[in-house]
Amino acid sequence: MSASGAPMIELDGVQRSYPVGETPLLALKDVSVRIPEGEYLAVMGPSGSGKSTLLNILGCLDRPTAGSYRIGGREVGQLSADALSEVRRHEIGFVFQSFHLIGRLTADENVALPMLLAGVPEEERRARVSTALDEVGLAERSGHRPNELSGGECQRVAIARATVMRPHVLLADEPTGNLDTANGEQIMQLLERMNAEGLTLIVVTHDPNIGRRSDRVLVLRDGEIVQRVLGRELRPDTLLESSA
Amino acid sequence: MRPADVLAFSWTALTRHRRRSTLSMLGVTVGVASVVVLTSVGEGARRYVSREFASLGTNLLIVVPGKNETTGGFFGAGGVPNDLTLDDVRAVARDVHGSRLVVPIAMGNDTVANGERRRQVVVVGSTSDFLDVRRLQVAAGSFLPPADLERGAAVAVLGAKVARELFPAESPIGRVVRIGDWRVRVIGQLAPRGRQLDLDIDDLVLVPVATGMRIFDSTSLFQILIEVGAHSDLESMQERVLALLADRHGEEDVTAITQDAVVGSLNEILMALTLAVAGIGAISLAVAGLGVMNLMLVSVSERTAEVGLLKAVGATGRQVQRLFLAEAVLLSLSGALVGLGLGWGLVRGFVALYPAFPASPPAWAVVSVLVLSVAVGALFGVLPARRATGLDPVEALAGR
Repeated sequence: MSASGAPMIELDGVQRSYPVGETPLLALKDVSVRIPEGEYLAVMGPSGSGKSTLLNILGCLDRPTAGSYRIGGREVGQLSADALSEVRRHEIGFVFQSFHLIGRLTADENVALPMLLAGVPEEERRARVSTALDEVGLAERSGHRPNELSGGECQRVAIARATVMRPHVLLADEPTGNLDTANGEQIMQLLERMNAEGLTLIVVTHDPNIGRRSDRVLVLRDGEIVQRVLGRELRPDTLLESSA
Repeated sequence: MRPADVLAFSWTALTRHRRRSTLSMLGVTVGVASVVVLTSVGEGARRYVSREFASLGTNLLIVVPGKNETTGGFFGAGGVPNDLTLDDVRAVARDVHGSRLVVPIAMGNDTVANGERRRQVVVVGSTSDFLDVRRLQVAAGSFLPPADLERGAAVAVLGAKVARELFPAESPIGRVVRIGDWRVRVIGQLAPRGRQLDLDIDDLVLVPVATGMRIFDSTSLFQILIEVGAHSDLESMQERVLALLADRHGEEDVTAITQDAVVGSLNEILMALTLAVAGIGAISLAVAGLGVMNLMLVSVSERTAEVGLLKAVGATGRQVQRLFLAEAVLLSLSGALVGLGLGWGLVRGFVALYPAFPASPPAWAVVSVLVLSVAVGALFGVLPARRATGLDPVEALAGR
């Protein structure tokens, strides 16, 4: 819950432009933000405001075209593709709106995937998979394929996969977007519990209720941060204005 | 990523899309099976010929009149070769040490008749040693009289089929048959042997060599077979026989071939044939590679989101490439293994139908067809794997 740790993530004057025709499209203009370790941060804004671009850069899936991005003091903005893979593998967990589970793999195989890529030995893998599935309350569903699981269960498998490498940051892109209210609530509680245990949680969302639960909200519009408020101070009208 | 994990992951990708994988595998399977079958037949032919020659023994030197290369020299010298005569045979047997058997052979076609029953056959004039040098057996009566080089007794030994045709109801032993204008008494009958290389042993008539030359009205032998005691003597024997005959004839006008050389050149021809059919089979494998590539391209485009996810959870480009390459190689390798089994089964079926034909896949073909199909998988997997590697994770995750 607390946002009092040392800055874990620092963005300084980050820009991201795409070459589209004559004038490049600026998806992010001059974004600077410090995210201390253990913070619960919500990123909000209308479609096309640059939320996804920001999330991709935070997740090292994309590189800023200008500015600096440091994780734990280390500049990662201009690392090679392979080095970025390494950073993603150890520092960052992803949770997607559409789960992105591999359909032919069972729940435990999906959870094991990051460890497979990292070369973790099989025995250790098995132990960590069962711990991770246990944490999300799916221990007895481990042998099921995604098409045999409900949406909420799928997202919990995805969360187990995102946390099994013990990353410092969890990036969640509309994690409840494909879920009904009850399942969505469970997923948010799960993510918040992990945050309470020290995991930095960054959620991109349209949902003001999620924004209000966070430590801090960044509101983006046209590639710029137009508002920074504490989650509990988020007023309904701000949201009406900024969500499309 | 551990190699075993790469293989396990790729294997799952194949087996959990079974129908599609099976279809692409089939191309490789058929290609490999055809290579196995074709090379087995080629190898079978080679072994068949080798076995037939080996049954005659490999310590054999064959001397034939004439030289198969043009000899330079004066007018009148060279050109028409001298006859290969019985005197030559005697000289070789007497003067060239180390020969176990020296067997003259005269040969021709003629009609053999028992009254109105007649038959056109190969007539072979030789000596009692013919039985030994060709590894034959007498079924009834006796063989040609020993040491009859000059006299030419009016006797004959019949092949099994000739005996049956001319004397369907009785034993031919002691009966008189006509060969052309000559009358000879049948003293023996050969055991059935079937075809032995150039000769159908069952369909010939054997007479003493002098008798044969008289029947054919010929002054020259067809060939002289010389069997040596030890294989290592063959080469020196060849030189000494050639030297002796050159000395006797005044020029080198005979050719001496070792059995090895004959087997060797036949082997070479059949090996070339086997390689050629293997090559044709290999082309079908290359075509199968296109099927593998097609499947992998479909697979990559269907699994774009999976590639994005893999990258998001920390896969490097090289890891993604390795996963898809492994999949292509596994696909074609498992197709190849099934093809080996199928080809082997077909060859076994063939052998069951024709037991005399020793068809069997040669080891080199099995090994190279396996290596080739792995290579095909790797080669045709590169492009799809590159495509997967090149996907931008952000776009791949968005399903674009």
